[in-house]
Amino acid sequence: MGFVPPEFGPAMAEVILATGICLVLVVDLFISDRRRGFTLVLALATLTATAWFAGAAGSEGEVLTFSGSFIADPLARVLKMFTLLIVAVVFVYSHVYLKDREILKGEYYLLGLFATLGMLVMISAYSLLTMYLGLELMSLALYAMVAFDRDSPVAAESAMKYFVLGAIASGVLLYGMSILYGVTGTLRLDDIAAVLAVGESQRPVVMLAAAFVIVGVAFKFGAVPFHNWVPDVYHGAPTSVTLFIGTAPKLAAFAMLARLLSTAMGPEALAWQPMLVVMAVLSLGIGNVVAIAQTNIKRMLAYSTIGHVGFIFLGFASGLPEGRQAALFYTIIYSIMAAGAFGIVILMSRRGFEADELDDLKGLNSRSPWYAAMMLMLMVSMIGIPPFVGFFAKLYVISALLNADQVWLAVVAVLFSVIGAFYYLRVIKLMYFDAPEESMPLNASFDMRILLSLNGLAVLLLGLFANPLLELCAAAIN
Amino acid sequence: MCAGGLADLVAREAFTDMGLLSTIIWLPIAGGVVILALGDQRARPDRWLALVVSVITFALSLALWTDFDFTSARMQFVERLPWINAFKVYYYLGVDGISTPLILLTTFLTPMIVIAGWEVIKERPAQYFAAFLILEGLMIGTFAALDAMLFYVFWEAMLIPMFIIIGVWGGERRVYATLKFFLYTFLGSVLMLVALVYLHLQSGSYAILDFHNLPLTGTEQTLIFLAFLVAFAVKVPMWPVHTWLPDAHVEAPTGGSVILAAVLLKMGGYGFVRFSLPITPDASSALDWLLIGLSLIAVVYIGFVALVQQDMKKLIAYSSIAHMGFVTLGFFIVWAILANTGMEDLGAISMGITGGMVQMISHGLISGALFLCVGVLYDRMHSRQIADYGGVINTMPKFSALLVFFALANAGLPGTSGFVGEFLVILASFQASFWYAFLAATTLILGAAYTLWMVKRVVFGDIANDNVKALHDMNRREGLILIVLAISVLALGLYPAPLVEMMEPSINNLIAHILQSKL
Repeated sequence: MGFVPPEFGPAMAEVILATGICLVLVVDLFISDRRRGFTLVLALATLTATAWFAGAAGSEGEVLTFSGSFIADPLARVLKMFTLLIVAVVFVYSHVYLKDREILKGEYYLLGLFATLGMLVMISAYSLLTMYLGLELMSLALYAMVAFDRDSPVAAESAMKYFVLGAIASGVLLYGMSILYGVTGTLRLDDIAAVLAVGESQRPVVMLAAAFVIVGVAFKFGAVPFHNWVPDVYHGAPTSVTLFIGTAPKLAAFAMLARLLSTAMGPEALAWQPMLVVMAVLSLGIGNVVAIAQTNIKRMLAYSTIGHVGFIFLGFASGLPEGRQAALFYTIIYSIMAAGAFGIVILMSRRGFEADELDDLKGLNSRSPWYAAMMLMLMVSMIGIPPFVGFFAKLYVISALLNADQVWLAVVAVLFSVIGAFYYLRVIKLMYFDAPEESMPLNASFDMRILLSLNGLAVLLLGLFANPLLELCAAAIN
Repeated sequence: MCAGGLADLVAREAFTDMGLLSTIIWLPIAGGVVILALGDQRARPDRWLALVVSVITFALSLALWTDFDFTSARMQFVERLPWINAFKVYYYLGVDGISTPLILLTTFLTPMIVIAGWEVIKERPAQYFAAFLILEGLMIGTFAALDAMLFYVFWEAMLIPMFIIIGVWGGERRVYATLKFFLYTFLGSVLMLVALVYLHLQSGSYAILDFHNLPLTGTEQTLIFLAFLVAFAVKVPMWPVHTWLPDAHVEAPTGGSVILAAVLLKMGGYGFVRFSLPITPDASSALDWLLIGLSLIAVVYIGFVALVQQDMKKLIAYSSIAHMGFVTLGFFIVWAILANTGMEDLGAISMGITGGMVQMISHGLISGALFLCVGVLYDRMHSRQIADYGGVINTMPKFSALLVFFALANAGLPGTSGFVGEFLVILASFQASFWYAFLAATTLILGAAYTLWMVKRVVFGDIANDNVKALHDMNRREGLILIVLAISVLALGLYPAPLVEMMEPSINNLIAHILQSKL
């Protein structure tokens, strides 16, 4: 028996991305700071090429490769496309911000691309080892990105915090995986599910494994009680990095949720569903209530993330395919909304001035009615007011909960979204009802203006024409 | 007609005039977006455009009246297109005798509001007019939607322009008022959302008419009824969830107060007849004591509260709550009448509901006019305090005549529209219980007392101070809208027949439906 090379076709996107990263790495060495824009172009080209192959793979159902440890399926395809799209948007938003702070180095894009590669691997992971590999690749790149502004003590502190807590979470996850391996004797997710389905394994041990795995997943999402890093890291990191951390990795985290819990431990759903429900309700409560007390917009959005994660978990924990579709839809929509909201924060700030206090938004409507309207749409979408797409995301989750006869969870979820409405409304209040404290025009590059406008309009258009994306999510999970 | 009959009606819906409803929904919204895009310019194209769009919308909406089939309870002007297949949500519009008058009220009042804000709005006028046009489209959409999710989309989306209107152009405490307005109504509606989704999962459709025929157990009905109750009671508003209204009214700009009192409050009443009564008839019957009790508290207690108000807008706001108490009383008196008179007397039942509906339209016109009157005074004096006025008739005789007229209409003077609705509801209450009617009839005294006392202090007497002395009478713009409103109040009061005829088949159909137990 000789060595048979694995089928690379389904993993072509990752191969292309890795190649592109090497290219960016080398080319960037020969580019002066003044011409750093070219690195951005190269990075975007890499992402586009990757998206091309990611879109092709998995369109014809499930394909396994690398001895069954890597999968290309419709879910992976959807998640990858949106991950790549959002990373590209983030890169464009970050450009001027980094340039103004004189930290526009090629490494930002490199680390970002490495993190993206990690995310793609996570999304396609079909064995415990692949999942862990992708997770660590992503996490390590993210730790470094948080500390990217090396002269900022706050950023260094955040990076340290993120790294220590992240390493612990990874360790716990790994421990859970090892228990799972010990119980089932296999690393492949479908084999684990098959062994668990037989039901001969010892239940307490499986419960233990589920608990440890969930800790890892919940940490990446920032669900209560594993949320403490979120506000500090969001706050301390340069806004362009916060933008990165707050958006695309959530999609990868969703892949973890879907693959580890639903695929591998699906037969033991009764073990992990209650845990998810508890975390979801806590996240909704703490995220939405604590956000009210924030004066820093990045911290506010961090707590808002926690609240949204509650919704994602609730959808997932309903136990129905419809609920998982709802969670997928919610995650995608959340990333789009968060990208837009952080984009506005970046737009507001300029050289030597971080516009990350809520008061900095005062009177935005007089300074720029257009971007105020964009932020208005993003905020009401986050509240969940129709016809904006955030509403349909919440509706999907609520439908799933009611379908699973969990009426009270649905009621709890909507009540917390009423509490959450308050702090989003305060943003609108600051922009529209208060007088501006300064009249400096907003500074942004042309491409960012266009993209940010599209981002804002997307929450309206995706809401008015929600059907294609909903059907895409429905097709991705069944 | 039984419940099955309604299913036939749905099947035989007339597909006439495809697109009229869509036009009057989307034309104002598109106009609003264009005005936003143009922004504030020196030539002020915004207000002209707003006027033209709102007048065209009104003219188009008249076709709803002229082409309306007065003999039918069917949904008319129906449009149905798939919208979100994944949720089985349709873009499903149609009107009957219940929603058409409310739509006409909306399209009739919007040009008035545009004219009322013509010179008064100095700060970001383009956004002001745009917000009202968008709001108009959304309100029409709410009344015309036959798909529950479409209804909810319009219903909730209305919050955004209203939040902005109160918050940007309101008085000193506008932020508090607008947040309170938003959070109260949002809290009410999210529970309704849960109920709507539940109904969808039970029936497999989001069509409101399918909900009407859906059998539900007693517990289900009670919970759904309560969820609806929170949503609609906040909007009406009913005691004790009314406290947002005085704040919102006082702080809102004149146009905002008008639209709030005239149309937005009607959403609650409309919700009761479109959702609560036909979808949960048994729960409505079991809990009618609650609604009747709350309505009577609104009529009597809020009447007394209105009596002591120092602020004109607040007084009218409380008066609105009291008058809306009549609407809910008329809707929920049905079972009390049945218990008292037996099944035969359908006339009294329909009298109660008809009275409630007429009261909604009439209150829309009268309270709108009263808020416009206060706006006229406020634009000159920048005060809403009754104490700051006195003897206005000496300097503004024409205006005072109209104010007195609207005040009398508000008190229910026979010959004005205010009389018709109240009278019908009181008559219907007599069929139910003497005491209901007695308590409801106190409004004739209380309403007269608080309104006329306010008028006495503001209009009559000697000139109170130099500011009043310096007042000039209303200009042609103000005169135009107030006279148009006065004529319509009078017309509706003297000859309510067309309105009643338009509503009659739909109300009879509704009654046939709600008397059919779903258990």
